[in-house]
Amino acid sequence: MARMKFLCDADRCIECNACVTACKNENDVPWGINRRRVVTINDGKPGERSVSMACMHCSDAPCAAVCPVDCFYTTEDAVVLHSKELCIGCGYCFYACPFGAPQYPKQANFGSRGKMDKCTYCAGGPEADNSKEEYAAYGSNRLSEGKLPLCAEMCSTKALLAGDGQIIAQIYKERVAKRGYGSGAWGWKTAYKEDIAT
Amino acid sequence: MIATMSFHRILPGLLLIMALAAPAAAQQPTSVNPTASSVKEKQLLEALKPNSGDTLSGRVSIPDKRAGDLIQPGGTEFREFHEKTLGRIGIIAIPGMLALLVMFYFIRGRVPIEGGPSGQTIVRFGWMSRFVHWLTATSFLALGLSGLNLVFGKSILLPVIGASAFSWLSQLGKFVHNYVSFAFALGIILMFVMWVKDNLPALRDIRWIAQAGGLLGIGHPPADRFNAGQKLMFWSTIVGGAALSVSGYIMMFRPASLAMSAFQLATVVHGVTGLVLVAIIAAHIYIGSVGMEGAFAAMGKGKVDLNWAKSHHSIWVDKVAKNRPQDISQNTAGGRAPAPAE
Repeated sequence: MARMKFLCDADRCIECNACVTACKNENDVPWGINRRRVVTINDGKPGERSVSMACMHCSDAPCAAVCPVDCFYTTEDAVVLHSKELCIGCGYCFYACPFGAPQYPKQANFGSRGKMDKCTYCAGGPEADNSKEEYAAYGSNRLSEGKLPLCAEMCSTKALLAGDGQIIAQIYKERVAKRGYGSGAWGWKTAYKEDIAT
Repeated sequence: MIATMSFHRILPGLLLIMALAAPAAAQQPTSVNPTASSVKEKQLLEALKPNSGDTLSGRVSIPDKRAGDLIQPGGTEFREFHEKTLGRIGIIAIPGMLALLVMFYFIRGRVPIEGGPSGQTIVRFGWMSRFVHWLTATSFLALGLSGLNLVFGKSILLPVIGASAFSWLSQLGKFVHNYVSFAFALGIILMFVMWVKDNLPALRDIRWIAQAGGLLGIGHPPADRFNAGQKLMFWSTIVGGAALSVSGYIMMFRPASLAMSAFQLATVVHGVTGLVLVAIIAAHIYIGSVGMEGAFAAMGKGKVDLNWAKSHHSIWVDKVAKNRPQDISQNTAGGRAPAPAE
């Protein structure tokens, strides 16, 4: 099986936020939650960079390690998913996640944290693939249909790449060789304990 | 015609400008290489090194400004603490304390009332004091158990009862933990107000500690309403309870003004203080129940045996006898008669 990864080529990202919108629409993401967002660092200064960031689906995921009810699991494609049935909304994964992926809707009693929501790599959850229950809780399951996450699929500049880690790393390497400089494989060192040598 | 003329007139000027600009144009690289000024993850993370827990943030165009935090390396340290250090602290503190208490019981046994029960009682705690004590005690028990479940449940209870039952229990525990916390915080505040004046450190506390409160068998050191041991207990509860409440409410309400590192720190403080306080309270429960004869009555009926009070709180008994003699009961049936006055 492929080891699925995200890669954002910060040299190409133009901060159009189409990935953010596509994700919200495709997965019916609850109000106030952004599974993906575009962060611009050094805004307006030399070296400005925009990076589209979501759950990176880490190897040895910190969220899964700190979860007190063990609600996370990693699929055969190395996608990190969780069960909203089991989640108690404690917030530990939010503290441990290096990428700020876990978020909580304010829906429980007295406005306390509800079940955690995060990027599913468009791969749904533990419920039956493409079932009504799965869609309601986690959104679309494109991966089961052989499609990649919509955010990357519709990126206009192809800055955001999704797919087998080795293939997208190769695409990125070719780009870097052609244009003569890299832009940093954002989050790779933190998430996968490896960088792309260019 | 006019245009040509004017062109001829400005031509030398144009040539001059081009000549001056030529060296500058020659310095421009043929292809733009922004690597020198572009921002790489590694460079930014290295720049953060002095404060490795800091967050790498930028601008976002969505209302949730917290989403501007791109990478927070502090998460790794939080994980390390939460999954390794916290468990170790808990395993040393709680079973360690229980082992000490069992050992103490086998060596010292139940500490008897010196001179046996007198049959006479002295009012120790009024209804308000007892209500506040038990309010704090029961809420602490609920908070302690639901809190311990979040630290150790995953490795102890989860394999036994299964994922769904454990999740249900932990969800219930979370609600209990969140709501009962208000009763606990109220109890801590009331206890502080009620008992702080009797718990201020005094010089005689040094002697009490030196003689281990009479445990060494070299006589009972004098004490006022609260002896040094109880004062330590009081301050552990107040300081620990305050730290737990403040860190807990930071975690619960997650104020937008605080950085991620503040939430992580709050979780660390909450976990460590919670485990240590559970261990301290275990000792308190022991000495207030099976560990010492006559001690439970103080928080039970609110009245203690006069002989117990005399050995543990000699100065306080003298004060009560002088100021509120009605608080000391006359001999009740079944008790031993006090020595007749001369």
